[in-house]
Amino acid sequence: MVDSIPRAAGRAEDTPDRSGPRRWPRRRSRRGHRYTLVPLLLISSNLALFLLFFVWPAVIGVGYSFTSYTGVGSAPFVGLDNYQRLLNDDAFYAALIRSLIFTAAVVPLTFVAALSAAVLLVSPHSRGKPIARVVFFVPWLISPIIAGVIWRWIFGENFGLVNYVIMALGGEAVPWQSNGNLSLAIVIIASAWGNTAINMLMFVPAIKNVPAAYYEAASLDGAGSWAKFRHITLPSIAPTSFIVILLSTLGAMKEYALFQAVNGGGPGTENNLLIQYIFTTGFRRAQVGYASAASFVLMLLLMVIAVVQLVINRRKDS
Amino acid sequence: MDNLLPKKVWATAALWFMVALYGIPVLWFLLSSFKPAGELFSYPLTIFPKHPTISGFTEAWTSFDFSRYFGNTLIVAVSATLITIVTSATCGYALAKYTNWWLRAFTICILATTMLPGEVILSPLFLIVRDLGLYNSLAGVVAPSVITATGTFMFRQFFLSVPRDLLEAARIDGSGELSSFIRIMLPLSRPIIMTLAIMSFQWRWNDYIWPLVILNDPKEFTLQIGVASIVGAENVNWSVLLGASVLSMIPLVVIYLIFQKYVMNADLSAGLKE
Repeated sequence: MVDSIPRAAGRAEDTPDRSGPRRWPRRRSRRGHRYTLVPLLLISSNLALFLLFFVWPAVIGVGYSFTSYTGVGSAPFVGLDNYQRLLNDDAFYAALIRSLIFTAAVVPLTFVAALSAAVLLVSPHSRGKPIARVVFFVPWLISPIIAGVIWRWIFGENFGLVNYVIMALGGEAVPWQSNGNLSLAIVIIASAWGNTAINMLMFVPAIKNVPAAYYEAASLDGAGSWAKFRHITLPSIAPTSFIVILLSTLGAMKEYALFQAVNGGGPGTENNLLIQYIFTTGFRRAQVGYASAASFVLMLLLMVIAVVQLVINRRKDS
Repeated sequence: MDNLLPKKVWATAALWFMVALYGIPVLWFLLSSFKPAGELFSYPLTIFPKHPTISGFTEAWTSFDFSRYFGNTLIVAVSATLITIVTSATCGYALAKYTNWWLRAFTICILATTMLPGEVILSPLFLIVRDLGLYNSLAGVVAPSVITATGTFMFRQFFLSVPRDLLEAARIDGSGELSSFIRIMLPLSRPIIMTLAIMSFQWRWNDYIWPLVILNDPKEFTLQIGVASIVGAENVNWSVLLGASVLSMIPLVVIYLIFQKYVMNADLSAGLKE
C-alpha cells in the first residue's frame, strides 16, 4: 500500500497533464450527474469554511476599507480616503518596495537551490544521498521563528560565528544587525534555506519523470551534461518550475515571522514588510479601515502577480 | 568511460557542499545550546562546548510556562490536522468523482485560496473570529486554518487515479455512495492521509502570525509565540532562547524521522499543475 504513492501520483500526473485542463470532465461518465446531495454533503465542511473564513472576510475587508473603523463601535463611511492616504504614505511605499526587493531576491535563490538539490538527489553519480535527503529536510521542520533565531545567532554582530571567522581572518566585524541591507540579506538567506526542501520535493518527481530516452538520444548526439540539463531537463520540468516560482512568490510576499525573529523588522522600521505594515496598522494602532485598504492593495498585487505569471506561462507553452 | 570518475567526484562534492550549507547552521545551533551561558560569547569560540550543560534547557523549561505552551501547541496541531484530513479527503473525493458545474466552480475557488493567503485578510478575519466568540481560544486558532488547497488537491489527484470501475462495482453491489467512500476509497488513500497528516502537523506546529493575533492570554500561548517573546525582549537571553528553540523543535523532528517516507514520496504539485 505504501509504495502506491509514487505510482499513483505518476499515473495521475500523466493523464490530466497531457489532456490539458479543459478535457478533464470527459473522464466522468454521464451517470455522475445523478448525484447532487452526496457531493454537496462531501464538500459541505470545506464549503462552509471557505465561505466563513475566506469569502466573508474578503468581502467585509473590502467594505471596511471604505470606512474609518477601529474594530469597535460604528464604522463611519469615508469613501476613498483610506486609499488616498495610502498613496501618500511613505511608510507604505517603503514596505511595498522592501517586499518587492525581498521577493525578487528570495525567489530565484530558492529556485536555484531547490533545483540543484533535486538534481543532485536524482543524479546517479552522487554519493551519500540518504544522508543528504535528511539534512536538506531539517530546515523544513524548523519554524520561521526558530530559523530566524538560528541565523540571528550565526550573524550576531558581537558574538556571531560569521563575524568571529571574519575577524579571525583579519577582517572587520560586519554590522549584520544595524545595517538594513545586510539585515535583509540575512533574511533572504534564511528564507531560501528554509524553503528549499519543500520546493525540492516538487522538483524530484518532475525530474524523475523525464523520459530516459531523451537523454539517451542526446548522448548519442554527443550532448554534454549541461546541454542535456539545459535542453532536456529544464523544458521538461517547466510546469513544475512554474508552480514553484508562483508559490514562492506568493510566499515571499507574505513573509513575516522570519523578519520578526531575525531582527524584528529592523533596524528601526527599515525592514518592515507589507504584512508587518498591515499588522501594525490594523492591530497595534487599531486602524482597521486603513489596514483593510492596505490588505486590499496587497490582494490586488498578488492577483496581478499570479495572472502575469500565468500569462507568461501560457505564452511559453504555445 | 574515463569521463565517469570525475563526474562522480563532482556530483558528490556538490552534494556534500550543499549538505554543509544546510546542515552547519543547525549543527552550530545545537552545539551552542549545550554551552553554559558564560561560554556562549567568550572568544575564541569553540566548536564543541568545553563544559557541556543542559542548564539552558532546564532554565527555559522553568522560567516560562513551557509545558503549557507545549500542550497548547499540541492541541492546536493535532485537532487542526484531524479536521484537515477529514475535510480535505471528503472534498477531494467529491471533486474527483462527481461532475457538476458547481463542483467545477468550487475547484477553482479552492485553488484561489492558495493565491490569496490568510495573511492578506488578517484584520477582517480577526473580526469574524472575534465575533464568533473564538477570540483568545485555541479553537479560534484552529478553525480558519483547516481549509487547505494543497491537501484537497492531493486527495483529488489521488482519487482521480483510482479506477472508476471500483466505484461502479460498489454501486452495482448496492453500496451507498458515502459507505463506498468510507469503506473502499478512504482506506485506499492511506498514504495521502499520512502525507497530509505530517504536513498539516508541521504547518500548525510552526504557525506564528495567526496565533499571535488571536491569542492574548499567556495561558493560551503556543510555542512559537513563547519563543518569539524571548527574541523580542530588550536584552535577549541567548542561553534560554537556544534551549527553548531546540526544545520546541523536538516533537517535529521525532515525527519526521518516523514518517519520513511519506513526506519524501509526496508529489505536492501534482494537482496544482493543471
